[in-house]
Amino acid sequence: MSEEPTLVVSKIRSGTVIDHIPAGKALDIISVLGIAGKEGLRIAILMNVESKKLGKKDIIKIEGRRLSPEDVSAIALIAPTATINIIEDFAVVEKYKVMVPNIVMDVLVCPNPTCISNKKGEAIRTRFRLTSRDPLKLQCEYCGTIISGDEVVRLVIRKR
Amino acid sequence: MKETTFYHHDVLSMLDFRREDLELLFNYTEEMHKYTNTKLSLLLGKVVSLAFFEPSTRTRLSFEVAAKRLGADVISITGEESLSISKGESLADTIRMLDTYSDLIVIRHRYEGAARYAAEIAEHPVINAGDGKQHHPTQAMIDLYTIKKLFGTIDGLSYGVLGDLRYGRASTSFIYGLTLFKPKKLYLISPESLRVREEVLQVLKERGIVFEEKRSLGEVIGELDVLYVIRIQKERIPDPMEYEKVRGSYKVTLDLLKYAKKELKILHPLPKVDEIDERIDNTPYAAYFIQAKYGVSVRMALLALVLGAEP
Ligand SMILES: [Zn+2]
Repeated sequence: MSEEPTLVVSKIRSGTVIDHIPAGKALDIISVLGIAGKEGLRIAILMNVESKKLGKKDIIKIEGRRLSPEDVSAIALIAPTATINIIEDFAVVEKYKVMVPNIVMDVLVCPNPTCISNKKGEAIRTRFRLTSRDPLKLQCEYCGTIISGDEVVRLVIRKR
Repeated sequence: MKETTFYHHDVLSMLDFRREDLELLFNYTEEMHKYTNTKLSLLLGKVVSLAFFEPSTRTRLSFEVAAKRLGADVISITGEESLSISKGESLADTIRMLDTYSDLIVIRHRYEGAARYAAEIAEHPVINAGDGKQHHPTQAMIDLYTIKKLFGTIDGLSYGVLGDLRYGRASTSFIYGLTLFKPKKLYLISPESLRVREEVLQVLKERGIVFEEKRSLGEVIGELDVLYVIRIQKERIPDPMEYEKVRGSYKVTLDLLKYAKKELKILHPLPKVDEIDERIDNTPYAAYFIQAKYGVSVRMALLALVLGAEP
């Protein structure tokens, strides 16, 4: 993990570091992960720090939390450049780049109000198929609606 | 014979089928024509559920007659009943109930994707008889069969699809159906605000269909072999103001037809409102009453194929 010397934040013992987030997207990710700050988790959010790859980037460090596959899909949709570092005993034990899966389940809400996935009282999971990675485009498997660009970010389900 | 694409499969979208599948369906339909006045026993002992959560007369009756001609029993949920169900019970629960009573479920619903959702829940095959603005595959099967009968082919013709292409499910399924064949040219003619949806354009591009969007019928009428017309889908336009703006914005008139090929055939899934001058009804251009007549035979063929009965 590329720690920046300009801003000192203590290392975490075990948990997750989300690195290489495009600058300004950290708060979106916090919201999508459902972190309200009342959970008692130690969290550091670094915004607009220098990055060799991105110019400026955001970083999130969360002590004591592992991400679910849905969490990772959601992060990939908001911050396609992000990398996930799993930390145990102050060491990176796993590191990977996020990737939008071909089928995105339960992460996005369909913008079409008459899509069956928006019908109240149905136990239905939203399901989108990735039709293009760059530019990012996904299609609702139920109603066929295509979503792209910034709209995708707005449609990621916020847990908070 | 049971090993067809149709056997025990859901019928949700035209995009799930290939050209060969439709050709097989058309052959079956020819067989069924012979029996449209008799009662067959091909589906004796089978129960077909008609779950029409959205008001419908034409399509529901057509399915009912088709199922009964084949000897099946029919149970149905219509209008009032669907209303009382929709108050308390989820669609999923209703589908589970119908699934225990029947061998096949025909569903119409105002939500897009309702048929796919029902198919995920039901063990038995589900036929989509219209889901919101999205699909109406059995109508498209009838439309394409009608063209085959009238012209002897579906390939090589120039098509115009006129009307509310944004909210029209019959037009969407017709357009998807054409992509299984080789149309010479396809014109999509609509007011700006009722343009065909992005996902439909996407399919046309992917499948290499030669098409063009137009704003008025007058520009292309002389080129067309088939003109497919649909009404404005008032019930699906969310904003009444938007409806007022487009009301009466297109109409096929006798005047316009002066510029048409004499072989031109006009199709319409019915009911029509005011988008075709009624004086056209008695001209050789009008093919919509023939089209309506084929409805039962095509649906008989489809039910037989899905349930695996040979004519
Ligand atoms: Zn949808």
